[in-house]
Amino acid sequence: MDVSIVNNDFYLSGMAALIGDIDKQLMVMLRDGRTFIAFLRSLDQFGNLVLHQAFERIIVGQQYADIPRGLFVIRGENVLLIGELDFHRPLRVPLYEVTIEEILKLQKQDLEKKDRIEKLRQKAMLEHGLVDEGNPIEEHY
Amino acid sequence: MLFYSFFKSLVGKEVVIELKNDLSIAGTLQSVDQYLNVKLTEVQVLDPEKYPHIQSVTSAFVRGSVIRYIQLPPDDVDTQLLQEATRKEITQPRKE
Repeated sequence: MDVSIVNNDFYLSGMAALIGDIDKQLMVMLRDGRTFIAFLRSLDQFGNLVLHQAFERIIVGQQYADIPRGLFVIRGENVLLIGELDFHRPLRVPLYEVTIEEILKLQKQDLEKKDRIEKLRQKAMLEHGLVDEGNPIEEHY
Repeated sequence: MLFYSFFKSLVGKEVVIELKNDLSIAGTLQSVDQYLNVKLTEVQVLDPEKYPHIQSVTSAFVRGSVIRYIQLPPDDVDTQLLQEATRKEITQPRKE
């Protein structure tokens, strides 16, 4: 069933719902934690996407930087959400743009900190006799 | 099909979707499909300090496979109807 009529509005099911979003600039969040901003050029029934003029937006705290990534094909299973952007919307929490070098440095520090905390957590769990295997199927989100 | 029909009846209501990456998004349910993919409008991220980049998102398509919970307004859910529908679904003979 590709088209259904509910409440007198018709809408498309599955990935067909995104056809109206083609050629729009969208924010795509992936399961590995990355965020892209790009033009959606194409999609298929699995949610595989073709993203054009893509930027990877790396955010650490309130600072961000955009790394140009060009043309991308993303396998649909990796997508978390696809959002329409309104850059004129006032932000409750302001964001500050920094250089790419700066954000990569901040990201590295952030990951190291998270790593340390995770190690401490696992050590504490071990001391209580618990072993954390993580999620064996889906590791990253 | 049961939950697909259930969510179809909730189109237009305000829901909060919690994803498997712990992100919580509030919004109005615009549409749902057989895979329980959800389209939301009037999107508000509930923890803008942790996820500041989503503040600029107005409407979103969320893939069904990444949703952990969908929080519903209790007044909009008829639990009796849901229970009856569930019983019917179970007792109905499966199509071969």
